Amino acid sequence: MNDAAQTADAAWTPRIVAFFCNWCTYTAADLAGVSRMKYAPNVRIIRLMCSGRVDPQFVMDALAKGADGVLIGGCHPNDCHYVEGNYKCLRRYQMLRRMLPELGIEPERVRLEWISAAEGEKVKRVINEMVDQIQKLGPLGLPKKFELWDREMEHLAHQVQAADAAQGTPTCTHGQTQTMETAHA
Amino acid sequence: MPKPKVAFYWCASCGGCEETVVDLAEDILGVVEKVDIVLWPVAMDFKYKDIQAMPDKSILATLLNGAIRSTEQEEMAHLLRRKSQYMIAYGACAHLGGIPGLANQFSREQLLKFVYEDAPSVVNDQKTRPQPKFTDQGREPTLPLLHHVVRALDQVVEVDYYVPGCPPTPKVTKAAMTALLENRLPPKGTVLAPDVALCDECPRKPTKPTNLSFTEFKRPHQVQLDPEKCFLAQGIVCMGPATRSGCEAACTAGNMPCTGCFGPTSRVHDQGLKILSSLCANLVPKDPAEIAKVLEGIPDPVGTFYRYGLARSLVRRRVDLPVE
Repeated sequence: MNDAAQTADAAWTPRIVAFFCNWCTYTAADLAGVSRMKYAPNVRIIRLMCSGRVDPQFVMDALAKGADGVLIGGCHPNDCHYVEGNYKCLRRYQMLRRMLPELGIEPERVRLEWISAAEGEKVKRVINEMVDQIQKLGPLGLPKKFELWDREMEHLAHQVQAADAAQGTPTCTHGQTQTMETAHA
Repeated sequence: MPKPKVAFYWCASCGGCEETVVDLAEDILGVVEKVDIVLWPVAMDFKYKDIQAMPDKSILATLLNGAIRSTEQEEMAHLLRRKSQYMIAYGACAHLGGIPGLANQFSREQLLKFVYEDAPSVVNDQKTRPQPKFTDQGREPTLPLLHHVVRALDQVVEVDYYVPGCPPTPKVTKAAMTALLENRLPPKGTVLAPDVALCDECPRKPTKPTNLSFTEFKRPHQVQLDPEKCFLAQGIVCMGPATRSGCEAACTAGNMPCTGCFGPTSRVHDQGLKILSSLCANLVPKDPAEIAKVLEGIPDPVGTFYRYGLARSLVRRRVDLPVE
């Protein structure tokens, strides 16, 4: 690892994406705010109408785009505004947690908590705990990993460009190594 | 007027895609009549240097099947991309990484060690492995290098169209060839199959319950399958709801559940997570321990949900594997 990368790692702080349901956990986060409670600033909260709206694609996309952890907050069992949404979330979450280690990701990076509208204190506790947990696990750094993986393709691109330069033909623009981002676009 | 030139090429694939071209049966004569095949390693003798000598963009279309996992495949993908007006990812492996993409769960060392040393059918006391370079009687033959990561074609070169399937059916193949030759192509980047889920054309659709409710998951070999009832209603994992149609429900009509080879529809980014979402949400139990018990009925979620799509999924590969 070079010096620049080491400095970047030393300056790293956990980046957590949180999906909170509108009716309970988001309201609880609001309560924590108006009650002037202090919690770690590492969480970016996204409000959804229900924890049942949390598509597993959202969770993995957050991780793939650079989040170190994902926190999902919903209403307690039997309290869901839409009756069943939180159970749907729980079942998806259990399978996702089982799949994460098979994909090389520590399951502790994804956490589901039931937090009612009255539990501002719990928002504070859970976020602080989660930040500690992610701090222990260290950066996930998937975008950097994807870049590293694709380095094995640069070698050939350079060879082709060199051969083209020797022949005097223009370099093929399609020959560039594509990252996942450009491939998706 | 000279006939348009077409190339067929194969990378990390099983040869099934080549079979489909042959499966066009008499229709292949119509294709051969209209085009000049300039490269087709499985059936005809051409040399790479013939392709290298062609002017850029002089091939109308290359239909490339197979995932990209070696330096040779990567090089050929680049070469054919450059010589072709249209690059068409043909079949599940070129489209999504396919079955070879499942190798993205293991490191290159794990794979080589198993294949050349540990596999039960291997006798290799000296632990010989193929070397990229080797000197023999003053000659130095070389072999392509194996990449650490298996890639779908569009993760290596720009792709114009995708023909899905493992393998693509003669019907989608013919439709793609016709669209190409009659110049009736949809917008670039389109998957040349209907953009709706398989359930839409599945003969079992009338028996699909409005509200699915799973109390257990069973695997096809563990039960006597009802030949008419929706697989999901029988507690069998069927990828149909998360898979594009166009295969005329070949598997479900043959009494086997869909395994997802046509890939997702255009609105879905990650086929595996989408079917996870759909199946798991519809479990009956509400208690964590009971939920876990039902989910145990799917012993290999990565292999089941990402049978063809791991290389093209959001994380692409097991993320803690080395690349050096």
